[in-house]
Amino acid sequence: MITLLRKQRYFIDYTLGTMMRHKGKSLGLLSVYTMIIFMLASVMLFSHAMRSEAVALLADSPEIVVQRIQAGRSVMVPADYLQRIGKLRGVTEKRGRLWGYYYDPAVKANYTVMASEQDQLTINDIVIGEGIGRTRGLSVGDYLTLRSHEGKAFSFRVSRLLESESELISSDLLLMNPQGYRQLFGIDESLYTDLVLSVRNPREIQKIAEKLTRLLPDSRPILRSEILRTYESLFSWRQGVMLILLLGSVLAFVIFAWDKASGLSAEERKEIGILKAVGWETGEVMRMKFWEGVIISLMAFLIGYLAAYLHVFYTSAGLFEPVLKGWSVLYPSFQLTPSVDGLQLATLFFFTVLPYTLATIVPVWRTSITDPDLVMR
Amino acid sequence: MKRSNTFFVCLLLLLTGFMASLVDVASESGQGLPQAPESAELVSRLGLTDLSLFTEARYTRHPSQADIHSAFQDHPVALEHFPTGSLLQPPMGLLR
Repeated sequence: MITLLRKQRYFIDYTLGTMMRHKGKSLGLLSVYTMIIFMLASVMLFSHAMRSEAVALLADSPEIVVQRIQAGRSVMVPADYLQRIGKLRGVTEKRGRLWGYYYDPAVKANYTVMASEQDQLTINDIVIGEGIGRTRGLSVGDYLTLRSHEGKAFSFRVSRLLESESELISSDLLLMNPQGYRQLFGIDESLYTDLVLSVRNPREIQKIAEKLTRLLPDSRPILRSEILRTYESLFSWRQGVMLILLLGSVLAFVIFAWDKASGLSAEERKEIGILKAVGWETGEVMRMKFWEGVIISLMAFLIGYLAAYLHVFYTSAGLFEPVLKGWSVLYPSFQLTPSVDGLQLATLFFFTVLPYTLATIVPVWRTSITDPDLVMR
Repeated sequence: MKRSNTFFVCLLLLLTGFMASLVDVASESGQGLPQAPESAELVSRLGLTDLSLFTEARYTRHPSQADIHSAFQDHPVALEHFPTGSLLQPPMGLLR
């Protein structure tokens, strides 16, 4: 056993020596390989962490949201729909929500404006998310002027800023008194944006949604499971522009690596010929090349993965920020909770390390079974 | 120092880093999300349904509440006005 291990160590020594002779080529390959794994692992880790985060954050979202659809568009829901729904078995609470958007031309950003009764705000007070505070330079006690539906300017006093820890869901939120909301947007007392229903037993949700569509044929119930499903598929790692862009560079690398690994240069063929001539067996030549593949691909995988881990979880995926930000002015600042999908990690390992290692062995086997004299010629 | 020894030291360091990342994940998942209490309270109090990640349009800000034909508001798989459209996938029904 010890002899076998010592022998492998000699192979590694020899392989490293060969690689050091072609330092530029080996380091170039290692850095390109590492970069590809870094990008793939970053996309993989980011999308998985984002999905987990969204599902965890929205676990307490309403069980059922009821929208009203008119001519294919969602419109305001009359308040009497709450009475029309009546007492549905399993529904513990039902209430109307008032929310919408306000485009602020000063910073070219959309705020999500929401009426909140629980915050007990006066008609002139508002609570804003960190994103709005940062973009408009507002803090507690400052005034924010919004233009009403009639064109009148309303000044609201910032009474509180929402906790920065909740920025991923509240960055662009602007909470105000329901009365103030109705005055600002000119919405009648008899209307709500949508209705939310709380259901005690999750197994009854589907049944209640069916009853709702029978009671209110122009309504569209959105279930919590659908909300969560939306976010599970939103950052599906097979999709997205980043992976499409990456695909090009991955293919370029595959061609480069295949060319490097499978097509032996005249010098390499000569080296194998000499090794065979001085007494190396075919198996030993192949083992030497196997170690070359393992050293390059394993190092690239580990360095690439670790760099991606640090990039996603400790630098807030800074490289992806410009892509994700899109045209959002109020992009939230957030730190993702480290989470790794074992299956994805294993897939990445098998699709990066194994093909390269195997690709290095096949051509060596073909060369090393031919006559050394013929190879060296 | 032999070349193989240098290689093994490097490999050991990288493997330690790899294991540390897995330990980091395990310890963080045990503690729960750092922003969880504040966010969970806000989500249940206000009945929030979406992340404030893409705030440029209503169907990117609230993808779960958007019209049935969203994302890609004008018609399914339409060319998008916003860069976010290239990150959001078309509705599940179209992919079936």
